[in-house]
Amino acid sequence: MTVQSETSTVDTATGKAKTMVLNMGPQHPSTHGVLRILLELDGENVVKAIPDMGYLHTGIEKSCEDKTYSQAITLTDRIDYLNPLGNNLAYCLAVEKLLGIVVPKRAQYIRVLMVELQRISSHLVWLGTHAIDLGAMSVFLYCFREREEILKIFEFVAGQRMMTSYIRIGGLALDPPAGYLQRVEKFINMMPGRIDEYEELLTGNRIWIGRTKGVGYITAEDAIALSMTGPTLRAAGVPYDNRKVFPYSSYEEFDFQVPVRTDSDCFGRYMIRVAEMRESLKIIRQAMKKIPPDGPVRTDAPGIIPPEREKMKTEMEALIYHFKIFTEGFSPPPGQAFATIESPRGELGVFVASDGSPKPLRVHFRGPSFINLQALPKLIEGQLLADVIACIGTIDIVLGEVDR
Amino acid sequence: MAENGNQDTNVVVERLRKWSPNAVSEVLEFRGETTIVVPRNVLREVAERCRADKDLQFNLLSDATSVDRFPLEPRFEVNYHLVSIPRSDRLRLQVRLSAGDPVVDSLVSVWPGANWLEREIFDLMGIRFNGHPDLRRILMPDDWEGYPLRKDYPVEGYRDIPGTALRYTRNRP
Repeated sequence: MTVQSETSTVDTATGKAKTMVLNMGPQHPSTHGVLRILLELDGENVVKAIPDMGYLHTGIEKSCEDKTYSQAITLTDRIDYLNPLGNNLAYCLAVEKLLGIVVPKRAQYIRVLMVELQRISSHLVWLGTHAIDLGAMSVFLYCFREREEILKIFEFVAGQRMMTSYIRIGGLALDPPAGYLQRVEKFINMMPGRIDEYEELLTGNRIWIGRTKGVGYITAEDAIALSMTGPTLRAAGVPYDNRKVFPYSSYEEFDFQVPVRTDSDCFGRYMIRVAEMRESLKIIRQAMKKIPPDGPVRTDAPGIIPPEREKMKTEMEALIYHFKIFTEGFSPPPGQAFATIESPRGELGVFVASDGSPKPLRVHFRGPSFINLQALPKLIEGQLLADVIACIGTIDIVLGEVDR
Repeated sequence: MAENGNQDTNVVVERLRKWSPNAVSEVLEFRGETTIVVPRNVLREVAERCRADKDLQFNLLSDATSVDRFPLEPRFEVNYHLVSIPRSDRLRLQVRLSAGDPVVDSLVSVWPGANWLEREIFDLMGIRFNGHPDLRRILMPDDWEGYPLRKDYPVEGYRDIPGTALRYTRNRP
């Protein structure tokens, strides 16, 4: 993207003062990473906005083609780094669809539990950073305090705080350790009060309302036409949630609401995400009741799922499978599969194409941040410069996912 | 649910065939997903039909992506994943393109959301879109040479392979 000079000589349509082209980012803290926006300003009003990205492009899709199906899981963690478990789940669902294998119920429920915890943690980071962008410093500290508790649960269950790679093809990496449900229970008992605290700080706050109400409006028709999904679309009044519309991982068995509003501004999106955190707590509570105390967490598919350590040491067949899986990998039948989940940011889709070899022919990630960001010019053109920051915040972009 | 989906999409195929016998050149069913292979010259009309027909209502373009089957022919595939929010249905439209002429009509006029998705395909796979309003690179730098997601592009890039550094720096100031 090239710009002739810092100040443009183009007159506005009104024939008033000349507009100015301002470069926002890529090192601006409120662009949540390395997003660069070229803003054409008439005084403080945004006339035109051109997002420019790619600063974090690491070629994850290309790298996936060079790894076996199982190895690629570690790369999916790093796409949307606030939602690594969701990325694992979407990728594994796509490969499982390609293979035609079904995951045991126990693993499905644990997946739901983990992904919903991840949704809360992602929304907490969003709320904290969005609030700090708009000048409410203390909310950030409270949000990160609670997020820390979730990360501790992840560390306890999966051994890693962030890049867990816990969800694997055919189930989970390992059985969760004893006592994990007590930790989750402790967390979900504490959390509703904490969400009330955030709401006390923000929902009725005059500054908060002034900065978010009526800012960044988009109609439902425009949102659908621009392929927006997630809380942004639901704030515009469209109840589109993959967990309800195209259920995966046994979500059809859970009882929860999809929050929908019609105001479609930054305030509405904030209210939707807060309501989603409460719904996630409901889902987690149900999942805890549903998870059977014991049972397999990996499906029985020799040649695809690594055998248990004990079997590998004592049975020859298991040893051969173990060797084959870790040297060569497994080969799904030729074909293509597209699996979608509802990530905290919207519809996260993974497209996997196989040509019958142990490495994927093509892996593509439909990142909701990338596609939602497309609507940014629509949200901010005609608004004030200060509202740009509120709008970037409520789209909830993760640049790792935008650039991949 | 998967069986229901199949029945619905068969309705879609019937509907498209009834509208124009040339609209569908092949129907693929795999793992409960329906792929409609569309001839390149009618893609935009078929897409417009899928969106506007009141019995189809595919109003959301979920994703657009491409596959490189080098060295097979036709080399490229462009896949459009459609969602009908009112009917809770999914569909994949596929176009196949030859290596010598990787050009297809842009769908930005049908779904404005196709804009960045098609730019991404152009940027990484080198497929051109006729009638796209703003076909620029989106993730790679503007002066990048080559299309990284093509199968004949090395995973390591060109910089680390001896003898190709010149090629990489050729057009740089």
